[in-house]
Amino acid sequence: MRDQPTILPLAVEHLGFAADGKTLLDDISWTLPRGGITIIIGPNGAGKSLLLRLCHGLITPTTGSVCWALPDGVIGRNRRHAMVFQRPVMLRRSARANILHALAASGFDRAACNEKADAALSRFGLSGLADRPARLMSGGEQQRLAIARAWSLSPDVIFLDEPSSHLDPGATRQIEEMLRALRSEGVTLVMTTHDLGQARRLADTILFLHRGRLVESGPASTFFAAPATAEARAFVNGDLIW
Amino acid sequence: MEVASAFAAAISLIIGLDPQFLQIVLLSLRVTLTAVLIAALVGLPLGALLGLSRFPGRSLVIIIVNALMGLPPVVAGLLVFLALSRSGPLGSLGMLFSPAAMIVAQTLLVLPIIIALTRQVVEDLWGEYAEHLTSLGQTGPRAIPTLLWDARFTLATTLLAGFGRASAEVGAVLIVGGNIAGYTRTMTTAIALETSKGDLVLALGLGIVLLTLTLAINAAAFGASRVGARFAGT
Repeated sequence: MRDQPTILPLAVEHLGFAADGKTLLDDISWTLPRGGITIIIGPNGAGKSLLLRLCHGLITPTTGSVCWALPDGVIGRNRRHAMVFQRPVMLRRSARANILHALAASGFDRAACNEKADAALSRFGLSGLADRPARLMSGGEQQRLAIARAWSLSPDVIFLDEPSSHLDPGATRQIEEMLRALRSEGVTLVMTTHDLGQARRLADTILFLHRGRLVESGPASTFFAAPATAEARAFVNGDLIW
Repeated sequence: MEVASAFAAAISLIIGLDPQFLQIVLLSLRVTLTAVLIAALVGLPLGALLGLSRFPGRSLVIIIVNALMGLPPVVAGLLVFLALSRSGPLGSLGMLFSPAAMIVAQTLLVLPIIIALTRQVVEDLWGEYAEHLTSLGQTGPRAIPTLLWDARFTLATTLLAGFGRASAEVGAVLIVGGNIAGYTRTMTTAIALETSKGDLVLALGLGIVLLTLTLAINAAAFGASRVGARFAGT
């Protein structure tokens, strides 16, 4: 565990989001403690990705609030939460330049940028690909680079939106190993998935969303062994798709 | 036979680097390249800003800029002529019938092309990068350097399109430059004049250079997109 100041816990209170008169997320309250992997599951359209984007601050909530322990989740000049997207956004530059860009945008000076970029590349086994154009790398390599890029910013929390949903099983396993390693380093992870097997393999905590509402939350072992609600039972049994 | 011999004479004019001929080619390049450079410095950031910003009347601005891509060179020339003529608002500068006036007119022709195409390219790229850049705190004008750099191969083609338009036009430079021998005579104005005078040799020689230039521009544009695909995966 890191002993430095942290932006956690994150308190989400009565969070709601509506677009075009349609309520997409309704009255979500939840606290993210430090450490572990929290997995948000639920049927398609439940609002999983939306919840991540609201927490990360990409979207402004219609109602309620997202409160970090330190204002805006910022320590000094650096935002201490990062996000990895389903389809990794790769800039039209080399792998290393992608990481350098994120670091420079986050306000690190040139020496720190170089040092952190090289550390991230070697930490995630990408040193050999450092000068490769990022967009010409394989899907698995791109997602690894996206995680390395997020990690290079020294975040307390990394949000991941279905990070392996378009990857083959081998690349998925690699990503899952990376996430376990990050957890053991003390990085707090919040991710969405529609893969129940992946949720079982990785989750410490489960948030179950259904139709924009937080139906159930708690330790993963309890959730999978004995879901408390009928919807969660149906979902775990594979009967609830929408 | 006369055309064939004119061709041969034109080729020897090019190979022989005739000083008068060379002077015309170099002036054309100087005027056009300067105009493209100025238009790029102004147009790239302006186009990017237009691509990223949302304000009332934005659609109208986009339509006007797009329409100005087809601004007839003679009209651009006329406008600059009116502005720079002795009784015009900028008449005191005494710029009319000088290379500087031709640069102004060509900048006016190239600028809408660069703004309009940059706007489109940057807007599309922002659609792809929006979430990542927002996550990094690069929103609004702060995203412009990233977007321009990542669109560099497409934008190179845009600059070449601007160069192509300026190097080929005759109306604007003729009106504001006056086609003064040794001073404001460019390839296109010389071709127009020499052809009407019946001096086909110089006209043909310059025509060959212009055609070659066009070919080179297109090769460069093709190369830029190939290099982009190869090194950036665009």
